[in-house]
Amino acid sequence: MKSPEPENFGAHSRRTFLKTLGTAAVTAAAARAQSVAAELEKVNAEKTLGPGAVPVTLKVNGETLKLMLEPRVTLLDALRNYSSLTGAKESCDRAACGACTVMMDNTPIYACQKLAIEAQGREITTVEGLAKNGKLTKVQQAFWDKDALQCGYCTPGFVMSVTALLKKNPRPTAEEVKHACAGNLCRCGTHPHILQAVFQATGVNTASKTEVMDYA
Amino acid sequence: MPSWPTNTKYISQSTPRVDAAAKLTGRARYSSDIQADGWLYGMILRSKWPAAKISGINLDKALQVPGIKAAITVRDGERTVHFYGEELAAVAGTTRQACLDALRAIEVKAQPLPFVVREDDAKKDNAPKVWEGAANASPGKSREQGTLDQAFTECAAVIEGFYTTPVQIHNPMETHGNTVSWTDDGVTAWSSTQGISSVRDGLAGALKLDHSQVRVITDFMGGGFGAKFGAGAEGVLAARLSREAKAPVRLMLTRFDQALAVGNRPSSFQKIKIGALADGTLHAFEMDNYGTAGIGAGGDSGGGGGGADIPAPYIYKVPNIRVKQTHVAVNAGSARAFRAPGNPPASYGMESAMDDLAVKLGMDPLELRLKNDPNEIRQREYKTGAEKFGWKQKYQKPGSSPGIVKTGIGCAGAAWPAGGASKSTQGEAQINPDGSIEFRLGVQDIGTGTKTVIAVVAAEMLGLKTEQITVKVGDTNFPPGPGSGGSTTCASISPTVFDICTKALQQLQTQAGIADARGENWFAACKKLGVSPLVVHGQWQPGLSADHACGVQFAEVTVDTETGLVTVKKVVAVHDCGLIVDKLTTESQVNGGIIMGLGYALYEERVMDDLSGVVLNPNFETYKLPGLADVPEIEIVLINMPERGVIGIGEPATVATAGAIANAVANAIGVRVSSLPITPAKVLAALGKVPPSTASKS
Ligand code: FES
Ligand code: FES
Repeated sequence: MKSPEPENFGAHSRRTFLKTLGTAAVTAAAARAQSVAAELEKVNAEKTLGPGAVPVTLKVNGETLKLMLEPRVTLLDALRNYSSLTGAKESCDRAACGACTVMMDNTPIYACQKLAIEAQGREITTVEGLAKNGKLTKVQQAFWDKDALQCGYCTPGFVMSVTALLKKNPRPTAEEVKHACAGNLCRCGTHPHILQAVFQATGVNTASKTEVMDYA
Repeated sequence: MPSWPTNTKYISQSTPRVDAAAKLTGRARYSSDIQADGWLYGMILRSKWPAAKISGINLDKALQVPGIKAAITVRDGERTVHFYGEELAAVAGTTRQACLDALRAIEVKAQPLPFVVREDDAKKDNAPKVWEGAANASPGKSREQGTLDQAFTECAAVIEGFYTTPVQIHNPMETHGNTVSWTDDGVTAWSSTQGISSVRDGLAGALKLDHSQVRVITDFMGGGFGAKFGAGAEGVLAARLSREAKAPVRLMLTRFDQALAVGNRPSSFQKIKIGALADGTLHAFEMDNYGTAGIGAGGDSGGGGGGADIPAPYIYKVPNIRVKQTHVAVNAGSARAFRAPGNPPASYGMESAMDDLAVKLGMDPLELRLKNDPNEIRQREYKTGAEKFGWKQKYQKPGSSPGIVKTGIGCAGAAWPAGGASKSTQGEAQINPDGSIEFRLGVQDIGTGTKTVIAVVAAEMLGLKTEQITVKVGDTNFPPGPGSGGSTTCASISPTVFDICTKALQQLQTQAGIADARGENWFAACKKLGVSPLVVHGQWQPGLSADHACGVQFAEVTVDTETGLVTVKKVVAVHDCGLIVDKLTTESQVNGGIIMGLGYALYEERVMDDLSGVVLNPNFETYKLPGLADVPEIEIVLINMPERGVIGIGEPATVATAGAIANAVANAIGVRVSSLPITPAKVLAALGKVPPSTASKS
């Protein structure tokens, strides 16, 4: 293990990896294999880290975090348990639920699938880093207004996925929102309200279709 | 009798939940986020055998792993384990990695025993016994009414079906677990729970402490759905580890653990025979049902132990009945209450049979329901929903939808006869001379909007804004409140807050001499309190809440007859819950119920391997939950009945969905898939395009 992490390698969450599995998959894979091989050579030339704790420097929400971590500690573990940033949640710890979603250089990733030492030199943004001076972002405010959260345990993950989407695509279609949130699970069933919230955040107002009728 | 105000500013309106900002910014601290001073990780070693005699557990090597501060066994001496995943030992250490290493270092001497994990196998005479000395299948409960055999001969149409439902896993996004700190002053547990009081009592009992020595705190928790009422083995182990290590221990289950040992919805295998007279009047009903609650047999639906009984015949009036129900024990984790226990499988079985009967009678299935449903509210809901859904325009004879991708519609009804309120609910409010006010109730908000309901009722009653109301829940130091189960929370706390507010206004009148302290007079009245705050205690009052919520749901699906894929296009849900307290969070509850029901209909099933006895899908990759792309357009109609008072909605909202979807699938393809979940393989098998899977239970 070494750090910092090489460019073009490891920046792929499951989400972006699946996206790239299109027609270009073969060439991309070949190119990546080459760059991986090249990187491995470089890596092997350097000193091996671990298994004991090593100093790790993370840049999270614009601030520098200096931690001592075993190289096998994930970014999620580092945030939640070696600092007090518990906004990103752990629900599966194996790339299947999205509760741990954070942004790395504006790309949403599963923090449970990234070793902390690999995240060095990157800009990490967690849900705690969105609101500035107590003012919620448009996405957060829309989640609140539309009640796009119930127990709230999946919520930081959804907020990060949606925030990252809107940075790249300020006017997504419903299909694009569904695609961007395909890696996030919610057991409480907030999905319809999440869709409404995303549209509100993009300036499209979607009125609730719920009707109240008197029985009498 | 007290009564709810009319012409309201908050009640029955939409108030976004009051604790949302904390959840949206990561400020909210869930049980899994607690970082008590010097805390350790806790982890559990589980049985890898579905049945075994355990003759020894050696912790020595685990204790030598650097960073490990405590290692304990669940109990000393020889013991028998009865399911894959049963708790054996636990460790506490300074890092997650140390704990993982320590679990691997524990040596267990075990002698595997024969086991059985499938209901049909367990019923056989020569099956291995799950509990020594007891038959796997209970003798069964039977109920008879009228003259059944005679009645069937009088019917114009009779159908028989075998409708089955799988074991469903709760899978809340936050797993079960606690941070527990045991000091000389007692135990403090930050629990991910639906019942702070039941956890307090459970921990005190298991640890042999006074109730007053245990404090349970639940500021935020990430979902429970019925599986999180007790202290649990994991809670007791965390406490024992904390005592041993002299440090707080955070022991949250892994996703894997969660699928094995902390509850599920029992399976059902419903053999139903039902007959009607020529005009469609139901005349005869016979059901033989069995199902498994894992190793936990006994206990009826609705209980924490969870049995396999379901209400039958579900919601319809039938004069001649024979019902037999059997629990079958298997070597698997025990069932627990799961959102509307017993009702979703009952609704699925009965509503499927109703549609099959309608086909035989040549009747519109909605007509058959209107003919036989004795409940007036549901009658009204069917009519309202049918219009909104466009039932008349959309209905086609089963299987008559043209093309490869076929469209179908279906409907089903729900009842939640439990519900009501916990009459012992109490609470208090502290009113300060500066006009600030804090409510304290020993209840917990599991995501249903409990804090918001308190703020809405208080703001309405006091003529204040919800932002002026501080709400504190989730602490056993507060006056006792109900567990969040049975859809009783809202009906328990709303009248309690009503009572607190009524008393507060009375006392302000006496103490401050202001006749009506509400609204604009509030601050002047509070100021007259001088230096000492006013603390008002209140409790649940009759006349402000009720029980028995109903609902009906309509579903429209497409079925690709080449791939077998079912897509739910639209759901129209009509529900009543008495007086609607907060429209927005009510809507969220209904959405959530439908989406959970959709998972039950199409995706969810715990799969056991009968050769190894293990759960094959203890994770989110292979245990499928609905995602954003699977969620249909949902339209909700809430029937407001303020005259009934407050009724909970969480459970009725999930009951009818699977039945409605299953009926829509049958309507689309013209044949019945009589087993949940309705997977592509089962659809293709029903269409005769592939042979039925031998591994499938139906
Ligand atoms: S915790 Fe990372 S994806 Fe589930
Ligand atoms: S809000 Fe509870 S899991 Fe999504």
